[in-house]
Amino acid sequence: MANKRKSANHYVAPFDEKSVDVIDAVRVDDKVSNLWLDAWRDMRRRPMFYISGVLILLVTLVALFPTLFTQVPPDLDCQLSNSNGPPAPGHILGYTKQGCDIFSRIVHGTSTSLSVGVIVVVMTTILGIFFGAIAGFYGRWVDAVLSRVGDIFFSIPYILAAVVVMSVFSAYRNVFIISLAIGIFAWPSTARVLRAEILRVKNSDFVMAATAIGVSRFRILMRHVMPNSLAPVIVVTTMSLAAAIVAEATLSFLGVGLPTTFMSWGNDISQAQSDLRTAPQALIYPSIALSITVLAFIMMGEVIRDALDPKERATR
Amino acid sequence: MSETPLLRIEDLSVGFQVAGGAIIPAVKNLNLDLMPGETLAIVGESGSGKSTTAHAIINLLPGTGRITGGRIMLDGQDLAQASEAELEKIRGTAIGFVPQDPMSNLNPVWSVGFQVEETVRANGLASTKQDVRKKAIEVLAQAGLTDAGSRMKQYPHQFSGGMRQRVLIGIGLAANPRILIADEPTSALDVTVQRAILDHLQERTREQGTAVILITHDLGLAAERAEQLVVMYRGQVVESGPSLEILKNPQHPYTKRLVQAAPGLSSRRLVSARTSVSATGKAAIAQADASTGTATAIAVNNLTKVYNIRSGTFTSTPLTAVDNVSFSIERGSTTALVGESGSGKSTVARMLLGLEKPTAGSILIDGEEVDHLGKAGMKALRRRMQPVFQDPYGSLNPLRSITATIAEPLLVHGVGNRAERQARVFELLDQVSLPRSIAGRYPSELSGGQRQRVAIARALALKPDIVILDEAVSALDVLVQAQILELLNDLQSEYGLTYLFITHDLAVVRLIADHVCVMNQGKIVEAATTQEVFDRPREDYTRKLLDAIPGATVKFGA
Repeated sequence: MANKRKSANHYVAPFDEKSVDVIDAVRVDDKVSNLWLDAWRDMRRRPMFYISGVLILLVTLVALFPTLFTQVPPDLDCQLSNSNGPPAPGHILGYTKQGCDIFSRIVHGTSTSLSVGVIVVVMTTILGIFFGAIAGFYGRWVDAVLSRVGDIFFSIPYILAAVVVMSVFSAYRNVFIISLAIGIFAWPSTARVLRAEILRVKNSDFVMAATAIGVSRFRILMRHVMPNSLAPVIVVTTMSLAAAIVAEATLSFLGVGLPTTFMSWGNDISQAQSDLRTAPQALIYPSIALSITVLAFIMMGEVIRDALDPKERATR
Repeated sequence: MSETPLLRIEDLSVGFQVAGGAIIPAVKNLNLDLMPGETLAIVGESGSGKSTTAHAIINLLPGTGRITGGRIMLDGQDLAQASEAELEKIRGTAIGFVPQDPMSNLNPVWSVGFQVEETVRANGLASTKQDVRKKAIEVLAQAGLTDAGSRMKQYPHQFSGGMRQRVLIGIGLAANPRILIADEPTSALDVTVQRAILDHLQERTREQGTAVILITHDLGLAAERAEQLVVMYRGQVVESGPSLEILKNPQHPYTKRLVQAAPGLSSRRLVSARTSVSATGKAAIAQADASTGTATAIAVNNLTKVYNIRSGTFTSTPLTAVDNVSFSIERGSTTALVGESGSGKSTVARMLLGLEKPTAGSILIDGEEVDHLGKAGMKALRRRMQPVFQDPYGSLNPLRSITATIAEPLLVHGVGNRAERQARVFELLDQVSLPRSIAGRYPSELSGGQRQRVAIARALALKPDIVILDEAVSALDVLVQAQILELLNDLQSEYGLTYLFITHDLAVVRLIADHVCVMNQGKIVEAATTQEVFDRPREDYTRKLLDAIPGATVKFGA
């Protein structure tokens, strides 16, 4: 297109340059795309997704099949002569104060941390979705009541609340009880996120369209509103799994978590603190295991959040 | 013309960088000259590159956009090469800018006066505190605000859309620039306000001898306001020249279609449905007439809706959104409900659809009172009456496939088995001229017009008699809008459908409606046949609306 034009001249572009017959012609990609598929494709382009994915997979595997990773029993074969001992053949991380193998204890403690995380997340998700969805969707007094209930739980720091609960149930401490203690006070954040999202989605035109078609309220909630509100919940859930693992370790460290007979990273860290200066390995290695696990879940949460956030995607 | 142009753009190309470093071109080899004091309109559909061109001139390209070639010459200076500091000097003083959306372009946390004063100071129009204030008041007074002094302390939310746009125009013109770029300055406003704002803009720029670059999607508006037209399509200029010349004698096939489709310019009903209904449509109408014993599909009597607006903790003030409205629609015909925002037209639609309860009055569908219907009766009614909403991006669930979306009404009303529903979806896709291949796709893969076709297919799934179209074509580009209107018209004559067409756009009404009800502040002020309303409007308000149709005053040579 080399032709210059002067002002006031009637300029017409050459006809053949573009065809106007195809106005609003349907052009679709080879690949089907919607929010979830796009997010999935987006995630697979990120190295962080693979790093955290592999770590999470590894941690899960260790938790399920600890004996694949170590043959040394974590608490039976302990000899006080090895107390705080350095690494030895077959015992690559050395010994705890009780003379137990640190590596073996870390491996066997994994399932405790992960179970607490999973149970808490299942609990908070069920409670959060129930309270959040009902409050957000049905609104009015239902919302007022449920949201206040949530606020009450939200206003109590859940570590503090868990300390109280664990002290009360000191006779029955086990993985399930500690998960309950953490979960019962952690769900309001999930509920809040979902409620806010549902309030946004329920005013969409497609919800109005569904109502006018004759779709029932409950079906609208399940079919149209919920699927469009779940993205942030997934992010919060992944991150709260990490938080729950930390909470368990914290409670055990404070001595109100699991009894010392349980293999737990928090317990090990707690017991190792008195000899930090002479035998730091007993404290450092479980801490590293804890950090890596928590980090993996947080990173995964961030990857999912970035992939699901359309605003974030628009700027790339 | 022997004058030298004020602004000359040569071979301008603009692109947006995407992930991976590739540059997607948005504007290709654009040339234009702007003479001093002249008004030039750049016309195009969304995505044509018209706004990008405007932003490129003052280098306010959003995000990753950058000028990839060409020159923008102003006073012998190439703005494409100018540094940020040089551009800052030019913006405001040499080239003013009026943005598109008056709602989001004033900062809500600062008073209007503060924001005007800021402009005055930034452009060096005054320096001492008193002078700045005096100048700011002057700017607001010139913008047409009465009581400018006391309005200085008010915040943007206390201003109406039209007033805000006046303020923005005032800010744009504060420093007496030689060029004013107005990017769709009125597309967010009601037609009557739009007219007032454009008159104001024209007056001010004529006074000051400012040249204007007007960006718009509305050919009628452009023709009315500008001496020169530049028509853009997919990033390129397809035709440019004197406005009237282009309107009378469009050369490029794209421009021809645009002129043809512009609703403000053409003036006939596509084809009057009631008279040219196909045999099948006539049969459908006759059958429905016989089975219900009435030829009236919708009858609305003394309909009133009062909202209680909370004003305090325990007090509320009543707001009458719909005030004693009555009208009726004959089966197989189209009635348009026209009004500006806040006129109550959408509230009427929502009450018809059973999404809101009327405060008083009655709605009769096929002779049956809606209020007396139980839950089952309501569901049966929904089968016969379906809606299409305005926003094609919002009215489809993004997470459900096209098949699932169109089949949903069938599923809800228990029509057919899985295979039959799929067959019906294909049939409907054919009816709205969409390829069957999109059945498994999701809404995000389709354009606005295509989504609206899907919404229409969903509305037709249950073979309803009545379709309520709530601003169904308002969000679409002109050519796509024309396509959809044609589709609606064809479907109407094929199936004898009854339409209630709710819109703010009188120009569109002329293309599709048999009858018109004009609403203002909750009341119907005029109701008559389309022909009558356009030829012999009885009410002042109707006349005002008609005059405000952009392009209405443009006279063709024909």
